Amino acid sequence: MSAIPSIETATSPFPHDSVGKVKKQQFTFAEPPGELVLESGARLGPITIAYETYGTLSPAKDNAILIAHAFSGDAHVAGYYTDDPTTEKPGWWDFMVGPGKGIDTDTYFVICTNILGSCMGSTGPSSISPETGEPYGMEFPMVTIGDMVAAQKCLIDHLGISRLHAVIGGSVGGMQVLEWCVRYPHMVRSAIPIATTMRHSALAIAFNEIARQAIMADPNWRHGDYYAGQKPDMGLAVARMVGHVTYLSDEAMRRKFGRQLQNKDDFSYDFGIDFQVESYLRHQGSKFVQRFDANSLLYITKAADYFDLKDTISTPSCIDDLHKAHLKFLVISYSSDWLYPTYQAKELIQALKRTGQDMSFCEIEADCGHDAFLIKDIRLTNLIRGFLHGVPRN
Amino acid sequence: MVSPVTETIRFDLQVIADWIEPGSRVLDLGCGKGDLLAWLTANKQIVGTGIELDKEKAAYCIGRGLSVLQGDLSEEVADYPDKSFDYVILSQTLQQIYEPAQLLYSLSRIGRRVIVSFPNFSHYTIRLQLMFSGHAPKNDQLPYSWYDTPNIRVITLSDFQKFARDVGYTIVKEIAINTNSANSSGSVVDFLPNLRATYGIFVIEKKG
Repeated sequence: MSAIPSIETATSPFPHDSVGKVKKQQFTFAEPPGELVLESGARLGPITIAYETYGTLSPAKDNAILIAHAFSGDAHVAGYYTDDPTTEKPGWWDFMVGPGKGIDTDTYFVICTNILGSCMGSTGPSSISPETGEPYGMEFPMVTIGDMVAAQKCLIDHLGISRLHAVIGGSVGGMQVLEWCVRYPHMVRSAIPIATTMRHSALAIAFNEIARQAIMADPNWRHGDYYAGQKPDMGLAVARMVGHVTYLSDEAMRRKFGRQLQNKDDFSYDFGIDFQVESYLRHQGSKFVQRFDANSLLYITKAADYFDLKDTISTPSCIDDLHKAHLKFLVISYSSDWLYPTYQAKELIQALKRTGQDMSFCEIEADCGHDAFLIKDIRLTNLIRGFLHGVPRN
Repeated sequence: MVSPVTETIRFDLQVIADWIEPGSRVLDLGCGKGDLLAWLTANKQIVGTGIELDKEKAAYCIGRGLSVLQGDLSEEVADYPDKSFDYVILSQTLQQIYEPAQLLYSLSRIGRRVIVSFPNFSHYTIRLQLMFSGHAPKNDQLPYSWYDTPNIRVITLSDFQKFARDVGYTIVKEIAINTNSANSSGSVVDFLPNLRATYGIFVIEKKG
């Protein structure tokens, strides 16, 4: 420990364990005629993938960790875009990623990409189609979780990384983690799927369908062709409200809101906001429309509904590939997650046992529901830190 | 890559660890905080997996770099393919199992050999307590009262030998031990083990 702090640390406006100021980058590939062939058979190109990186890639390129974000997330995992951290919220997993944190950027080179079909810098339905010069809208081809991963792989290849130390992600990000393992097992050393599933239950599909119908029933949606005029904000906000209910839990909502009224002592006897939980959901809905595209929600929820690894992972060729690659898995679920409950994580464990993988599983006791992995929790940090440390580099 | 073991492991675990060949695939049921697995990983380069019901203990194991599944051991062992492990270890847990015959059958299916250890209920102190005080016996190995004990099976060394024979296992190795109260040191009991040993440790495998 030096007694006099260096000028840099003394003047840095960022917390000491922050990755500091970061920049969103973009990578464009699959230029016609070399378009990416999607699982549906459709061709898509050019494709731009937005991504961020933290830490330093080792000369051997063996310390890279790919983080896959959840359905409405983005590539901004950690750090700040400006020099003033007091006016800006850091990335969505800032408590996990940084110098000395659970995913330690002093050791690892961390990459996160915005998923294909999203609207946070990567190609999606709101991008301009090179054929028409207009936003794709519903002309955008259906993309799957597999397609998102295939696009990520193009970036990883571009960065010259032949094997990832780990692929980590929660929820729809966890689906990408699993897809990576079955698609490119030789490129993955370890995997941490969190609060996720091998395939959507009827319950999960049902909530996604309500969200989609809310958007498509909005007169402003106009079959996805709304980019020049008013957007289907009402539908998108309702879709988000439904989503938020599934990310919470009965316990969390009881603790947070109960039946408390919002800024009043009695019922209003009209259809304004009475309960705090109503106010909260409306707030989440209106916040969401500021940053997210309704068509992207349609495409990504459908990709999540289509995702089904249960059969794939049981095929002899997949079992054989996984046997050869021999990955290390850490599967994490949350006790109050009713969107992807623990029994679904157990099904994953059951399937992985048949493929002879080295694996760990832990259910974390928490009342915050599905979204718990986005809330700072030392137990999650310790699990991830210890697990990553136990994965041999070579 | 597993964090080093600072404490010595329990005496009965030392005996078990001695029997495991280097490089073996080992499943440790009810692995607690992972002391045996960590020791075997560091000293015998085993490929180890643990199963532990307690979430905090399981998380502790994973945090120290071990591969551990948090869950009920009777359920978890059912999903492994045949002969997934060289050794399956059931240490000081058999007396708490509701269906021991069925569990041992599963273990001998997924493991080449099964190592079972349990407190010996026919130790002379237990016999004397029951005889002279008329109360359900308690000692260092079985410290619970009748109403709060997790130990729902009372097993003696002789009982287990008979059971193994009847159900069709070969006893490959057996050893009776006597440990001190902290269980960190102990000795092997050769003379009248069913009377004088506090623990029995057996290696069994399915016949044929």
